Amino acid sequence: MTKIGANQDFLEFAYQLYHTMQANEINLVYEGVVTQEITKTFTALTEKNMAKNEETSQVQRKVFNVMVECLQNISKHADTMGDEEEEERRGIVLVSHGEQCYNVITGNVIKAERRPGLEASLNKINSLDKEGLSALYKQQILGGKISEKGGAGLGFIDIAKKSGNKIDYQFKELNDDFCFFIIITTISRN
Amino acid sequence: MAELNIKGTDDTPTVKMDKAANVIEFSGRSLPENVAEFYKPVMDWIDEYVTDPNDHIDVCFKLEYFNTASSKMLLDILLKFEAIPDNVTIKWFSHEDEEDIEDAGKEYEDIVQVPFEFIKY
Repeated sequence: MTKIGANQDFLEFAYQLYHTMQANEINLVYEGVVTQEITKTFTALTEKNMAKNEETSQVQRKVFNVMVECLQNISKHADTMGDEEEEERRGIVLVSHGEQCYNVITGNVIKAERRPGLEASLNKINSLDKEGLSALYKQQILGGKISEKGGAGLGFIDIAKKSGNKIDYQFKELNDDFCFFIIITTISRN
Repeated sequence: MAELNIKGTDDTPTVKMDKAANVIEFSGRSLPENVAEFYKPVMDWIDEYVTDPNDHIDVCFKLEYFNTASSKMLLDILLKFEAIPDNVTIKWFSHEDEEDIEDAGKEYEDIVQVPFEFIKY
């Protein structure tokens, strides 16, 4: 039988988590494997919540759009540190909303060698205005090919276009070979 | 030629391609797990159609949402109609409060050499 004390600590943790989520207006938090099914479930859940809050359909579609691209980025591109199956692509997903905006936050492990390429492409995307993003999108969609992983190399450009905001990101070094890559996209409510 | 009908799901569009009825239409949402696999029969159908097209056909896109991988496949579909620019009009539908879908259509219009018509509903 489990000791009562051990469970009490866990209950306290759950209660604190509840408070933290309330305080930060977090609607959804998840850590685990991200699949197509998870992507569909989370986007449907978020859509339902937004509809209940009578969010405008334009904002609903933008949040949906950004979530799909962020989640499919994880399900197609996350790396794994351990011996897990290649197919097991994990990540964290957070969706929060306040008076002004929605935030979609996703994070996943990547190989350290991929960091410079990601940084370069995100910095380039963040330096562009609406017209610049549209030009880059057209260049990439014409020149690019669907990769073996099923991506078109357009995800970040699309996220920046649809949100109309810069993509905030961070790399946290896990060890010499891996980092944790986090991106935050903000979708304004007006 | 045989018609191609694909019933839509929550992550794949409804596709109707019928030469005899003079209909090519895509509607719904497109975010399949494997875009290449989903669109393969569509590509094959168009490849055959352009070799012996009807005098004129409206190619209708009534999509509510498509992800970026699908957007690349849609471009590949549109580029196939460059073989028969005089026999086709791309009808690009978007909801009246949905600028992003309309903007996406305008970007295709810039890239692809076939006539476009934009319709709000």
